[in-house]
Amino acid sequence: MDSQIKGVSTGTTILAVTFNGGVIIGSDSRASIGGNYVSSKTINKLIQVHDRIFCCIAGSLADAQAVTKAAKFQISFHSIQMESPPLVKAAASVLKELCYNNKEELQAGFITAGWDRKKGPQVYTVALGGMLLSQPFTIGGSGSTYIYGYADAKYKPDMSREECLQFATNALALAMGRDNVSGGVAHLVVITEEGVEHVVIPGDKLPKFHDE
Amino acid sequence: MSSIGTGYDLSASTFSPDGRVFQVEYAMKAVENSSTAIGIRCKDGVVFGVEKLVLSKLYEQGSNKRIFNVDRHVGMAVAGLLADARSLSEVAREEASNFRSNYGHNIPLKHLSERVAMYVHAYTLYSAVRPFGCSFILGSYDQDDGPQLYMVDPSGISYGYWGCAIGKAKQAAKTEIEKLQVRILLEPSLRQGKILLNCLICVCYCYQQMKDMTCRELVKEVAKIIYIVHDEVKDKSFELELSWVGEVTNGKHELVPKDVREEAEKYAKDSLEEEDDSDEDNM
Repeated sequence: MDSQIKGVSTGTTILAVTFNGGVIIGSDSRASIGGNYVSSKTINKLIQVHDRIFCCIAGSLADAQAVTKAAKFQISFHSIQMESPPLVKAAASVLKELCYNNKEELQAGFITAGWDRKKGPQVYTVALGGMLLSQPFTIGGSGSTYIYGYADAKYKPDMSREECLQFATNALALAMGRDNVSGGVAHLVVITEEGVEHVVIPGDKLPKFHDE
Repeated sequence: MSSIGTGYDLSASTFSPDGRVFQVEYAMKAVENSSTAIGIRCKDGVVFGVEKLVLSKLYEQGSNKRIFNVDRHVGMAVAGLLADARSLSEVAREEASNFRSNYGHNIPLKHLSERVAMYVHAYTLYSAVRPFGCSFILGSYDQDDGPQLYMVDPSGISYGYWGCAIGKAKQAAKTEIEKLQVRILLEPSLRQGKILLNCLICVCYCYQQMKDMTCRELVKEVAKIIYIVHDEVKDKSFELELSWVGEVTNGKHELVPKDVREEAEKYAKDSLEEEDDSDEDNM
């Protein structure tokens, strides 16, 4: 089965994009076993690890849930010790340490996105082996292979909230349309200094492209 | 304030009937026997100055440093038992390094000082070990948080400061540091020794606080304070160790460059000569 082979991402499309004043993190909602059976149509892949920091998960869902649970605890403790909200970089580093130190057993990758007072909106990728990389936007999961072209062509720095929402929705819709193991609803979370807003777009309300 | 705690001072795990832990107090006395170290925080950085007494002419110049680098952006000036201080500097270095490894960014100074203070405090709890016989001042500079200064003493408390002094002449040094709070803007006249006269005038003028000084200005003042509190009679020769961290060094803690140090020492020596001439005696 796909999920047994290390290095292959399984059944997901996830992304995170910074815009002027915030960041949008999004995912599909399908969980699958073996590429044939949809085990859940409405799973949540956007985990909140702190007030303004979210993580989206790809790969083995069990591994990802275990890691985010441990990370959430560590980040919360760290934030209380520091007496201030954690930096997004700190949260991403915590995930990276967990992934890198347990790379033999784990098979999960993450995208961490959030807002902090020091650097504003940020996006970090934590890859399977524990690599940590900061980028203005990033896409991940098996469905992401189908939208690299779209993302590279359509991303602009400093977008407005609406432009960014449109960009993220389109990207998810295109990926979910072509990847058989991505689907369901599109979950989006908009994180800004003011707060966090969930946007859920059911499958039939997603933007339609040609042939649909 | 010295009293003999007969019977209650044998270990750190014993309180005296009046609620004191004598071992910790004795540890603080060890600090008071050592020569002075000061740290001052200004607008764009932190400056450390240490009066390093040279006990023998045979010592290599610059050996037995009392200012340590804990991390790129953090410096530590110590007073007390030097061996204890060295061991604590290693503890601080590990804390800072582990923090960066786990969280990906520089350790905030408040957190570092709390962690090291917690470590120092642990040694005041048991009879099997003795408390650390040193106090130290931690200083750092960060783009966003600005300059920070914390002091940790053998009892394991840490406080944030604008300016602090440890060691034998700490009272005198603190007085000098407080004087920096009210400093006249008319610097040229100060150099000419018209201190008394200008002090009268300055009450009417606005004053330049320590907080508005830059590192370059502060280095000279720190050197001057060390020279002032140095006791020529009891302790003969000393080396002045100066270090800084701030915008002037791009956030990196390092010993002050030779030319700046020489300029600061010259300023300090000149000021001392002037004050010998004037009526006012600083101490």
